[in-house]
Amino acid sequence: MRMKRIAAVAAVAALAVTMTACGGDEGGSTGSSGAKGIVGKAESQKKLVIGVKADQPGLGLQTGSQYEGFDIEIGKIIAKGLGVDANNIEWKTTVSNNREPFIQQGTVDLVVATYTINDERKQKVNFAGPYFIAGQDLLVKADSTITGPEGLEGKKVCSASGSTPAKRIQSDYPKAKLQQFDAYSKCLPLLANGQVDAVTTDDIILAGYAAQSQFAGKFKVVGKTFSTEPYGIGLKKDDKDGCEKVNEILKAAAADGTYKAAWDTSLGKSGKAAPELDTTKLTNCSSV
Amino acid sequence: MHVFADPTNFDAYLSGFIWILKLTGASAVFALTLGVLLAAMRVSPVPVLRGFGTVWVNIFRNTPLTLVVFFCFFGLYSTLGLTLSDDLDLNNFWLGVIGLSVYTASFVCEALRSGVNTVPAGQAEAARAIGLSFAQTLRIVVLPQATRSVIAPLGSILIALCKNATIVGTIGLMESSNVMKQLINDNGDAVIMIFLVFAGTFAAFLIPTGYAFGWLANRLAVKR
Repeated sequence: MRMKRIAAVAAVAALAVTMTACGGDEGGSTGSSGAKGIVGKAESQKKLVIGVKADQPGLGLQTGSQYEGFDIEIGKIIAKGLGVDANNIEWKTTVSNNREPFIQQGTVDLVVATYTINDERKQKVNFAGPYFIAGQDLLVKADSTITGPEGLEGKKVCSASGSTPAKRIQSDYPKAKLQQFDAYSKCLPLLANGQVDAVTTDDIILAGYAAQSQFAGKFKVVGKTFSTEPYGIGLKKDDKDGCEKVNEILKAAAADGTYKAAWDTSLGKSGKAAPELDTTKLTNCSSV
Repeated sequence: MHVFADPTNFDAYLSGFIWILKLTGASAVFALTLGVLLAAMRVSPVPVLRGFGTVWVNIFRNTPLTLVVFFCFFGLYSTLGLTLSDDLDLNNFWLGVIGLSVYTASFVCEALRSGVNTVPAGQAEAARAIGLSFAQTLRIVVLPQATRSVIAPLGSILIALCKNATIVGTIGLMESSNVMKQLINDNGDAVIMIFLVFAGTFAAFLIPTGYAFGWLANRLAVKR
């Protein structure tokens, strides 16, 4: 009797899992066939759902129900350009692993979440942008003499275990002593106490950590990047119009200073000057 | 088996388990020494020592090991600046050994104390009657008998210690669980196989260890 009941529960659970999996796929295909893209949705509903990170200070950070950071500001600029009021944006937390599924299934209309454009991802989604070119960099104490990755010989460097930045240090700068943790946030107290000499990942993420109030003025980003990570805005793969419209909005924002203002109110607090938005490098939306 | 056919992955796997063995060995030595001292304190006639032993056991037995190890890293090393080695891995290793030892010592102490209770009171009384001091009584008469009656629980503590050693991965040592996480990150298609190999390796160490302690316990038990 008991065994039967357990078996029944297990069967139901297994069924539920497979059904959600199927549901996801179907949602993706039906959603994309019937949609008029984000331009159409913004016009008819005056609403947008934007996927952002919730755990990256300066870029996309959630405190209570509020989101703030550079990605959030970019999201607001795009929404405004599409005629959607900032109050009508629904922010949705994404993590690195669920960005493509969220776009494909229509859970979000756009993704602005430190989303590096690459060929593998282009198979599944369309990218507007890049709105920022990030690169791996070093975060050091404000009075440090380290000026670039070459200066890391014999120095202690902290990064996230298994991450691309950690692997790049191991392969390209093997003389650095690498301390690896499961999260970057564990590296920061060590840097503050002088137990490691540098923390490494994308410069824009480091800038966000440096801008946190408890570390204000203590750290600096070295500013000599040694990789290229173009951050794009993810949309549905067939939404060519939406992609072109977003690129236009970015071009306009670069011209009228709203792009710089977005930087100044978020990552600008780290002391890093606003980057130039190179509008000649924007993606050609039809090439997928 | 394609994941472990890659020599880099296999080396990482091997070195992960070598760290675990080193952690277990070093911590076992310190935990046993400390545990015996603590047990002696807890049964001693001196109130201060009894109090110290009680406080130690109650603090470390009831604090999650993760917190103890985190304190060793973020408290002792990061904030207070206690540096045990210039080599980052060795430094993390010794900080981990401190955490594992103070935690495990409290369990060793309690196991030994329960062993002391199996020694008939007459043994201690007889020892005192022939003029042995408290320390001599404990060392020559009581502890040897007590230890032989708690071989099996000490084996369980050692097995738990070996598995607990994986906690040191959270402070950056590339021991087996940390290596496993990294391999799974890089080989998302072989998650179950990687998991089974790591779990299987632990079982391959520990099941024979359990049997060995069971056999020892039978051999050495004081027949009363």
